[in-house]
Amino acid sequence: MASAAQNRIKSISYAKYGYMFIAPFFLVYCFFQIWPLIYTFILSFKGNQSNNAAWVGMDNYSTILFGQGMAQGASGTHDEFAKALGNTFILWFGNFIPQILLSLLLAVWFTDAKIKFPSWEVPAKVKKTDAHTGKETVEMGTKTIDSKGFFKVVMYMPNIITAASVAALYVNLFGDSKYYFVNSLLMNMGLVSESNPIRFVTDPSISKGMVMFIQTWLWFGNTMIMLMSGILGIAPDLYEAADIDGANSWQQFWNITLPLLQPIMVYTLVTSMIGGLQMFDLPYLYHQGAQFSRELETVAVFIYYNFNKGTVDQANYGYAGAASIIIFAITAILGSITFYTNRDKDEEAKKKQRKKAEKQLKERQKQGGGFTI
Amino acid sequence: MSNPGQAGANDSTYRRNAMIKSILVTVVCVLLTLICLVPIYILIVNSTHTDTALRENPSRFFFGSALGENMNTLTNHLPADARKALVRTARQYAGTFNLGRGYLNSLIIAGCTTVLTVFFSAMTAYGIVVYDFKLKGAAYTFIIGVMMIPVQVSSAGFVRFMYSLHLINNFIPLIVPAIAAPAVIFYMHSYMKSNFPLAIVEAARIDGCGEFKTFMEISIPMMKPAMAVQAIFAFVANWNNYYTQNMILKNDNMKTVPIMVSNVLAFDKNVDYGVNYLCISLSILPIVIVYFALSKYIVGGVALGGVKE
Repeated sequence: MASAAQNRIKSISYAKYGYMFIAPFFLVYCFFQIWPLIYTFILSFKGNQSNNAAWVGMDNYSTILFGQGMAQGASGTHDEFAKALGNTFILWFGNFIPQILLSLLLAVWFTDAKIKFPSWEVPAKVKKTDAHTGKETVEMGTKTIDSKGFFKVVMYMPNIITAASVAALYVNLFGDSKYYFVNSLLMNMGLVSESNPIRFVTDPSISKGMVMFIQTWLWFGNTMIMLMSGILGIAPDLYEAADIDGANSWQQFWNITLPLLQPIMVYTLVTSMIGGLQMFDLPYLYHQGAQFSRELETVAVFIYYNFNKGTVDQANYGYAGAASIIIFAITAILGSITFYTNRDKDEEAKKKQRKKAEKQLKERQKQGGGFTI
Repeated sequence: MSNPGQAGANDSTYRRNAMIKSILVTVVCVLLTLICLVPIYILIVNSTHTDTALRENPSRFFFGSALGENMNTLTNHLPADARKALVRTARQYAGTFNLGRGYLNSLIIAGCTTVLTVFFSAMTAYGIVVYDFKLKGAAYTFIIGVMMIPVQVSSAGFVRFMYSLHLINNFIPLIVPAIAAPAVIFYMHSYMKSNFPLAIVEAARIDGCGEFKTFMEISIPMMKPAMAVQAIFAFVANWNNYYTQNMILKNDNMKTVPIMVSNVLAFDKNVDYGVNYLCISLSILPIVIVYFALSKYIVGGVALGGVKE
């Protein structure tokens, strides 16, 4: 019946609409992301400060990587960058390990049906639908409050708070004198003397530890929910079978959960690594006074500090550009290594077999005198 | 199962062990909950104490009565007989942390970016899912590939480019790039693949519905759940975005809440601890309240944003 209309529709090419729908994304992306990326690359070969129009070749790279550039203070810049790179890895590693362990533990607990979380029945208004008339009435009944849901909601909460505010909050709680909460509490308890407060903000190692702690505080809820969704995706009959075979919960975790969680773990690892390389807000703002803490300077802070110094003629676009490109390269390498070593080996083998079969088929066709099936 | 008595004993040990484990787990969870909530609680408590009280003893656990006083200092509404030092402090805070301005600017930026991100990402995903065209595969691969590029990598070029376009101190470089959000497109794409029957598009064509109209009036209502989740995340991410905002917005009138908080943090004289806490509270509270109101959708949506097996 509708064949005339259908035929008419089939004969129209809709390809142009496809291009029209995706055009805004590509225009904006090229203008605001791709071009700035290329421009950063170009800037990395140009000079710094008032010399910013001159082409200096690889000078910025040799300054940053080896301290051998022609520019003044080259070795100082190199030392700063090397320290920033070291800080970045220390801070990332120090928050990733506790974070993934804690999140994994919580995710396993929250998905374990054998663990009973307390729940309460509270009086609440309940909507009821009359079976005969279909009318909805509101009556007093009971509602179950499950503490598991509450725990999840609270543990995810730090993740939505502005990182700038979190830094400010922790500086105001952990400041270095008797005027701040934690030190004053410890002094009141007699654990710390007034003349010698714990330097949570200015001590090189303690402040690093604090940033790791805050970073874990911010992200463990997020990672936990990611891992939970991964665990819930594992077929429950595997656990049932293991139960019948008498496997304890540790064996189940080690032999079922962990291997099957691998794809999500890899995803978490890669996103966390890339997130770690761009760690900025917290290390930049966790300090007292006007200047950021050099002990917490990450590569992102190094880049930002260099291009954001005053006007265009005062900023070091060359150093910032070169550092950006180095980070880009590290991100790309780390990302591909992780994906390569963790790729699905069965799938890979299947793909190879498929390709082989196709090849054989083609060869056979060739031998058969070009007949196609 | 030959000995029922033994089975019963095993059963009760099993049950006892499960109960001990449940209690242990609950205790750990309560502790973690406290670690998450106590800093926020202390923050709110301390914003209700005066600077003098906090200097005397900063470790306070109960609410004070100076919230209004601190608020007056922050907004520079002091009584006529206020101390000179306090007047200076109030001027410093009011000049840096302009509450109304900050909220307004943050709202404009977060609101506009959210609408643009969600709408254009749905549109791009629709274009890739519904239509067949030569570069379709390449376009999707590109979007997946660029998803993980960190912002920092292009920001030096971005700022320099914005300087040359005279777009520093302008909301455009903060709002318009939101049209291109690869991660959101990735999410919308996988949502459409599993929840959007292409036969509907065919049916709409037969009924003579235009392509854009089909997208607007048929596809968007069907995408609502995915769009709502992504809208919440986009709003939070842009409200919290300190990095990009701080490099584009230099003018005091254009500053957003995170920038103002970071500027308050940098004060090294005339510091009023109570007002400090109040500033941080005011920057955190709106988003925490919205979070608890929408937590059901947010916590459910986090996992959906991840990779699916």
